[in-house]
Amino acid sequence: MGIGASPRVVWEGLPSFYKLMGDLFPPNWTVLPALVQPAVQTLQMALVGTTQGALLSVPLILLASRNVTRQAWLYYGARGILNLLRTVPELLYAAILVAAVGIGPFAGILALTVFSVAIIAKLTSESLEAIDPGPMEALEAAGANRLKMVRYAVVPQVLPAYLSYTLFVFEINVRVSFVLGLVGAGGIGQLLLTALNLFRYQSATVIILVTLAAVITIDAISVRVRQAIV
Amino acid sequence: MTAPQIELRGVEVHFPGGVQALRGVDLSVLRGEFVAIVGLSGAGKSTLLRTVNRLVEPTAGSVWFEGEDLTAAAPARLLEVRAQIGMIFQTFNLVRRSSVLRNVLAGRVGRMPTWRALLGWFPRRDLEIVHGALRKLDIQDKAFVRADVLSGGQQQRVGIARALAQEPKVILADEPVASLDPPTSHMVMRDLRRINQEGITVLINLHFIDLAREYAQRVVGLRDGQVVYDGPAGEVDDATFEQIYGRALKADDFRGADAEG
Repeated sequence: MGIGASPRVVWEGLPSFYKLMGDLFPPNWTVLPALVQPAVQTLQMALVGTTQGALLSVPLILLASRNVTRQAWLYYGARGILNLLRTVPELLYAAILVAAVGIGPFAGILALTVFSVAIIAKLTSESLEAIDPGPMEALEAAGANRLKMVRYAVVPQVLPAYLSYTLFVFEINVRVSFVLGLVGAGGIGQLLLTALNLFRYQSATVIILVTLAAVITIDAISVRVRQAIV
Repeated sequence: MTAPQIELRGVEVHFPGGVQALRGVDLSVLRGEFVAIVGLSGAGKSTLLRTVNRLVEPTAGSVWFEGEDLTAAAPARLLEVRAQIGMIFQTFNLVRRSSVLRNVLAGRVGRMPTWRALLGWFPRRDLEIVHGALRKLDIQDKAFVRADVLSGGQQQRVGIARALAQEPKVILADEPVASLDPPTSHMVMRDLRRINQEGITVLINLHFIDLAREYAQRVVGLRDGQVVYDGPAGEVDDATFEQIYGRALKADDFRGADAEG
């Protein structure tokens, strides 16, 4: 019924699965040096995409926070944009962007930027709406206009959360960047796509292992840094 | 007869939802006075204080500062006037993660152009004023300490320093000692008295009767949004307070003894 799931199908598929496993091993370590440059490219995509996303999200964060933006139409407009950005899956962005700007890392970076804005802005604006309103009142009483209130009462309270979410999104983006490569957006993911298409499974294994190692390392570092910030 | 520095003329505040917080309040405060506003919770003390700098907008009547109609002032002018009026709060309203210095620097922000404030580019004179304020409150050695590791009394001193950094003509104090223990309360009240003796008008909300009598020169009693008493602190006795409160006095209407006497 439905998706056609059944234990029998899995059982009958087992021999093919074992064969596939056999094709994947032993890993072809000779391709390792050739992976360095694409791996770096994947990391760069993640870095640039996250940084651009973090910077571009700042105006949206301020507009999408009720305690900063008093005009209802601005607030709902900003929230609406955020929700729209988040519903479109990043693979779809990437596919559209690859069609628009061609294969390669540029499409990937654009996709990651949009994705980063969506997540960082949503999470940070929620943190922002939970800040202590006291300092804002104090700044208002001291004759500060809205911008000065944001700089001196809001930013110091929300900055750690903003940085933490940015790092968190960077962690995600390293993985996403890899996956984007599979649709042609460059980096080591694209290399994996090529390897699979050419049936070079033992090389594919190495690519997967390298990616795994990179993701684990970056996660570990990022967690430490985030703890230090908060 | 000198003109009053602060004047409320027929000020009414009606909140949406039906609460009438102030009903036709008339109040004149001369430069350099130390006025305690007393009354039960809900009498309208906080609202009254906040109409002086228009943090709360009067729904009727007018507020005058140094002969100027604040209620009719343009938004930019309102900010300029607010910069001359310092305010301290019961909950201190400091940025907890920031250092004492950063918190007090924020007091200068109203007097500088926006671009300078956004860049954090304070002129040397501002830094001198800030350090002067820190020294005046004896917290200069805590300048780089995070605000939230300080005790309540020290945090309120940071709040006062921030207000002093504005070089204000008036300080509005909204129940500044309600969260502090008796000796610390007296310490803060003494700080305010010292500041007042140097020429800054102090308007303070208090619900501790003994503190009002000891530190203020004049007591204004508020009940149900109306002024029911206005006279020198020396003439105020328990009976006056019972009249203002509309009930017999209780033990927690009094702050209690100062450890240093």
